Amino acid sequence: MSATQPTTFAFTADNLATAKQVIAKYPAGRQQSAVMPLLDLAQRQEGWLPIAAIETVAEMLEMAPIRVQEVATFYTMYNLNKVGTNHVQVCTNICCLLKGSDEIVRAAKEALGVDWGETTADGRFTLSEVECLGACVNAPMMQVNDDFYEDLTPGSTKAVLDALKRGETPKPGSQIGRQNSAPEGGPTTLTELSFGGKV
Amino acid sequence: MLRDQDRIFTNLYGINDWRLAGARARGDWDGTKAILEKGRDALIEEVKNSGLRGRGGAGFGTGMKWSFMPKVIGNRPHYLVINADEGEPGTCKDREIMRFDPHKLIEGALIASFAIGAHASYIYIRGEFIREAQNLQAAVDEAYAAGLIGKNACGSGWDFDLFVHRGAGAYVCGEESALIESLEGKKGQPRLKPPFPAGVGLYGCPTTVNNVESIAVVPTIVRRGAAWFAGIGRPKNTGTKIFCISGHVNKPCNVEEEMGIPLRELIEKHAGGVRGGWDNLMGIIPGGCSVPVMPKSVCDTVLMDFDSLRDVRSGLGTAAVIVMDKSADIVRAIARLSHFYSHESCGQCTPCREGTGWMSRIMDRLVTGDADLAEIDLLEEITKQVEGHTICALGDAAAWPIQGLLRHFRPEVERRIRDRQASKTRAA
Repeated sequence: MSATQPTTFAFTADNLATAKQVIAKYPAGRQQSAVMPLLDLAQRQEGWLPIAAIETVAEMLEMAPIRVQEVATFYTMYNLNKVGTNHVQVCTNICCLLKGSDEIVRAAKEALGVDWGETTADGRFTLSEVECLGACVNAPMMQVNDDFYEDLTPGSTKAVLDALKRGETPKPGSQIGRQNSAPEGGPTTLTELSFGGKV
Repeated sequence: MLRDQDRIFTNLYGINDWRLAGARARGDWDGTKAILEKGRDALIEEVKNSGLRGRGGAGFGTGMKWSFMPKVIGNRPHYLVINADEGEPGTCKDREIMRFDPHKLIEGALIASFAIGAHASYIYIRGEFIREAQNLQAAVDEAYAAGLIGKNACGSGWDFDLFVHRGAGAYVCGEESALIESLEGKKGQPRLKPPFPAGVGLYGCPTTVNNVESIAVVPTIVRRGAAWFAGIGRPKNTGTKIFCISGHVNKPCNVEEEMGIPLRELIEKHAGGVRGGWDNLMGIIPGGCSVPVMPKSVCDTVLMDFDSLRDVRSGLGTAAVIVMDKSADIVRAIARLSHFYSHESCGQCTPCREGTGWMSRIMDRLVTGDADLAEIDLLEEITKQVEGHTICALGDAAAWPIQGLLRHFRPEVERRIRDRQASKTRAA
C-alpha cells in the first residue's frame, strides 16, 4: 500500500454508469461479484488503486471494506502503489526463459534505466516481472498496459520501448511479423480450406 | 495426420474474420435451434458418446460431468461457468479461441447450458487477456443482437444469458472452486470438496465448470455426431486437441491435431523440429508446467494423449508441449517453476504455503550446486509431503515438476553439487 493516499475518490459520471451496468450482470443480492470489475474500473480511472477507491467500491457493493481490501491485495493486477503511465511487464516464466527472457529483461532495464518494481523519474514507465501471461508459443514476450508484444529480441524490445517514449503506440503482437501463433513461414494446417473474408 | 476438413478451430491463426459473419461462413450457428430440439438428455448422451474428456488438464469426461447436474431444475438456478483463466505456463490455446473463434465458444455455451438446464453462464477470463475479452464481449453483443442468445435463444424457447467476467491475475483461480469463489467476489481460495460444484457451486447453486476448449468443440461434435469425434484419436482418448508447442523448437506454434499423435511427429510436422535436430533433445514437458518432464528416451516413442502420457508417469494436462534442447539449463527451468508455485500458492493450506517456499529455496541452490547431496532426498521428501495433502491440486502441481527432474535428471543435479564442492575445496 502506498504511504501517500488521496483522501477521497469518486467515479466519474461515465464510470458510474458503467459500474451500474457491471453490477446488473450478477443476480440480485449478488452484487459482491462486481468487486473485481469495479476495482479494475477504479484503477483505470486513477492509474492505480488508492484506499479511498477500495472504500468507495465497498460502499457501493455493501461490502465490509476489509473484504474488498482482501480482494485488492490477493490479485496481482491491482496496483496498490502508483505505476507509470506505461506499465511494462516482462514474463520470465519457463517458456520465455527458454527463449531468452534474460536478454529481454536486460534490454528493458537498460532502455528504461530502472530495475524491477521501479518507475522512471518522469513517471512514465514502471517495470515489473510477471508470471506466465499465456502467449507461450510467441515467447519471449511482455505486456505494456493492455497489449502484448511477442516474439521479442533485445533489439525489438528496445524499439518498442523507444517508440513508447516518443509517445507512439507500437504495433502489438508478433514483432517478427508472423501470423499470430502460426508457425513462422506459414501454417502447416488449414491450408486446404477457404472461407473468404480474410482479414 | 488430421485432415483439414476434420479440424474444428478453422480460424486458429486469425486469418479470417472472427466476427459473426465470418463465424457463420465457417459453419457456426448453423441450425442451432434444431440441435437444441434434440433435448437435454440426447445432447448429454451425444457428448458422452463422443468420448470428449475435459481440455483444461484433468481429462474428466465432459458428458459425465454434465450428467451430475440435477435432472430437475429446483428452486436453485443452474449455472454453466466457463474456465477461461488460462494461466498454466506453456498454455496459450484458449486465448486463440476467444480472440479468433469466439462464436464457437458462445454457441457451445448455449448448447452446454441448455443441456445442463442453465439459463445463465459466466465466462471467467484471465485479467491479462484484455484484448481477448474485448473480442469475446463484442461477439457476445453480436450474438445478443442477432437473437442467437438472450430471450428465446435461436428461437428455441430457451432463455439464455451469457456474461464475460475478467479475473485479475491469480493462477489458482484456474482451479474450479477457487474460480467460483473469485466469481462471487472473494479471494480465490479453493473450496473443500465435497460438496462438488454440481451440487453446490456458484451462489450455492448447481454449477458445471468447463474449460473453454471443452465447450468450444461441443457445437461441432453435436453437428457432426459423436461417432465422427470418437473416430479420431484412440479409444478413451478421442477427438482433436489444440497443442501449444513452445521452447526449443525451430517454429513454435499452436496447432490442432489428432489426439494420440506421436510427440515426435507433432513437433517435426508442425514446429519445424527440435532446434539442432531430434538428437539434440534433452527433455519435454508435455502438458503444461504442472506435469513431470520426460527424457528424450521417452519422447522418442510416446503418444500425445491422456492415457499414453499417464503410462510414462507424466500427463497430457493442457497439451502445452515445452521443449528443451541440450543447451537448456533444466535445473534452472524447473527452479523457475518452483518460484512460480511459491508465488501463486493461495496460502490456505500449510503444506502448500510453506512447502512451495521450501522447495523453491532448495531448487534455487540446486541451480548453482550450492547444496549438500543429502538435500536432494530431503527435497524429494518435501514433494511427497506436499503432494496429496492440500485442498486443491496446486500442491501436487508444485511437487510433480521436481519429482520429474529428480527421476530423470538426478545425475545432473548431483554433478552440480560435486562441481561446486570441488571448486570450494580448490579455493580453500
